[in-house]
Amino acid sequence: MSNPIRQTFQNLKKERRAALLTYTVAGDSSNKQSLEILKSISNYADILEVGVPHNTPVADGGQIQTSAYRAIKNGIKMNDIFNIVKNFKKSKYSKPVILMGYYNMIYQYGENNFLKNCKKSGVSGLIVVDLPWPENKIFSKKCKKSSINFIQLISPTTSKQRLKSIIKDSHDMIYYISMLSTTGGKLKVSPRKILINYNKIKKINPKKNCVIGFGITEKTISKFKNTDGLVVGSQICKEITRSLNNRQNPVINVSKMVSKLRKKIS
Amino acid sequence: MKLRKRIPVIDQGDKLGFWGGKFGGNFVPETLKKPIEDLEIQFNKLKKDKEFIKERDRYFKNWIGTPTRFIKLKNLTKHIGGAQIWSKVVSDANGGAHKIYNATVHCLLARRSGKKVIIGDTGAGYAGKMLSMAAKKFGLKCKIFMGAKDIKRQQPNVKAMKKNGADVIPVYSGSQTLVDAVSECMRYWVANCDTTAMCVGSTVGPAIFVRICGWSTSQISRELKIQLINEFGAIPKKLKLYNCVGGGSSSFGFWNEFMDYDKKQVEFIGVEAGGPAKSKRHAAPLTYGSKIGILHGAAQYVNQNNDGQIEETESISAGLDYPGISPLHCFLKDTKRARYTAASDEEALKAYQIVTKYENLRPSLEPSHAFSVAIKEAKKLSEDTIVVINSCGDAYKDKKILEKKLGKKYVKSN
Repeated sequence: MSNPIRQTFQNLKKERRAALLTYTVAGDSSNKQSLEILKSISNYADILEVGVPHNTPVADGGQIQTSAYRAIKNGIKMNDIFNIVKNFKKSKYSKPVILMGYYNMIYQYGENNFLKNCKKSGVSGLIVVDLPWPENKIFSKKCKKSSINFIQLISPTTSKQRLKSIIKDSHDMIYYISMLSTTGGKLKVSPRKILINYNKIKKINPKKNCVIGFGITEKTISKFKNTDGLVVGSQICKEITRSLNNRQNPVINVSKMVSKLRKKIS
Repeated sequence: MKLRKRIPVIDQGDKLGFWGGKFGGNFVPETLKKPIEDLEIQFNKLKKDKEFIKERDRYFKNWIGTPTRFIKLKNLTKHIGGAQIWSKVVSDANGGAHKIYNATVHCLLARRSGKKVIIGDTGAGYAGKMLSMAAKKFGLKCKIFMGAKDIKRQQPNVKAMKKNGADVIPVYSGSQTLVDAVSECMRYWVANCDTTAMCVGSTVGPAIFVRICGWSTSQISRELKIQLINEFGAIPKKLKLYNCVGGGSSSFGFWNEFMDYDKKQVEFIGVEAGGPAKSKRHAAPLTYGSKIGILHGAAQYVNQNNDGQIEETESISAGLDYPGISPLHCFLKDTKRARYTAASDEEALKAYQIVTKYENLRPSLEPSHAFSVAIKEAKKLSEDTIVVINSCGDAYKDKKILEKKLGKKYVKSN
């Protein structure tokens, strides 16, 4: 069976549309609500990244940190996260799920046990922020054996030689970090420059699906619509925070936002 | 797992930066791979470069003021009645603590690579104070990340940093202590690594930072070795080196030159922060058997829950208030080269009282932890045993805490 992530990109190529990937933190602001958010945004998004909250995140900016601390404060455990994914996958309009987090959470759960539970709950891919190449070689092979996509990250600082090696060891999808920034930073590089780097990656292997993340918002997303896919995270987390502060329903507000994002690239 | 002889411990890691195959490494976002690799290349080259070593030694001598004193604590020895108690007074160093060595080396590296800004984390404020001093000396702009809780309890050092022209950036996330300051500093580097150099304040973080810091603080044991030979004619037959361990930079530097001696001759005792006596929280992952985890880019023994969330620590000394520990110390523990134990807040305070009562020495709360264990053990040791405690920081920064806990009479003005 083809991996659902690969399948999604194949389908979208036929539609000639970039994939919309969202990022929300599991358990933000409660386990139940984060499940509802996933269900509701999957009407518009193509692939859902689900953040595994961690309390020493070295690559996340303020918005995602706030979401993660909210979830941790509610006492979320790894097994709750697998349950959220499992319940989401049972729902009518489910989409492929990627878990995104820091390596210590996987390490403590045990790599093999973690992958077993990913499979059981219906996770299709993994992004491990602090497990770069070549440190991730063994784990990414394990993922492949379990039919789970290990998603390699590439950044503007990645050297030419590394770029080739990373792409060679990548699975179906690659994540290009648009700029030197933590998540949620303002886009400080021109879209033209980002697209030049994106094209370098595509040139090395056009078959790999490359998505762009960091600094992608309602304002910037349309400039990248001729790519394989785009990730929006911090803006969604910020919207959850804003809704909670204004005593509004985050599910409705986030859903509206994702629907708008989708229109901008359709 | 084996410690090798005649190879510096900092160079005993494998290709991926793991000591003993499992401690350390580079668990960092992709963005940091390149700047870390650049720093590795630069450091590996310069540490073999005679001109660079000369430059380092010149600043160490003329600016930091090496060697720091090695003194016998005669009254304390008499009072305790057991082993001879000596101290290496590293707090003599310019700025008042060992953190100056690492800060100076990082600024020298930054200057050579053409970086104009240097950033760093700090707990007790010493790492930050020294980095701000060194940055000023070498004409670099400086930003220091510090937990909001630590800013409150270590005001004298905060003032010193600002006086040196550094931006002190308060960190409000998590426990608002050192662990969050390091995270925030790394995040800033992720976003600015093209123009900015980072100095990690201890032998923690990605492998290259562990190595640079260990290489820098080893100045302490280089001096001590000469001083011991001058004093006793040779390295004593029974030598015990006591040092507090938070991240582990001063203890590693205090021990490094003695690594190849048999531990029966030169024993290393690391003293972690046990926290308040009745509290379950502590900053002593080696003593209390914490599991291996990943923190700030390195695999190490670290306080964490079953899920892998890093746990908050509690210690009277901000400099030891860190849930993890240097990969170098994990390695020294598992190879059984060093022995680790803990002292509580109360024990450290008591040791401070005893030392200041008998000697003209004022160890900060961090080395007071080491004094506590050394005093206890020295009682039971023979007269021909030489106990040396690294007094790696001065208590001036702890004025407020000491006043509150012990009353004003214990705090001399500075």
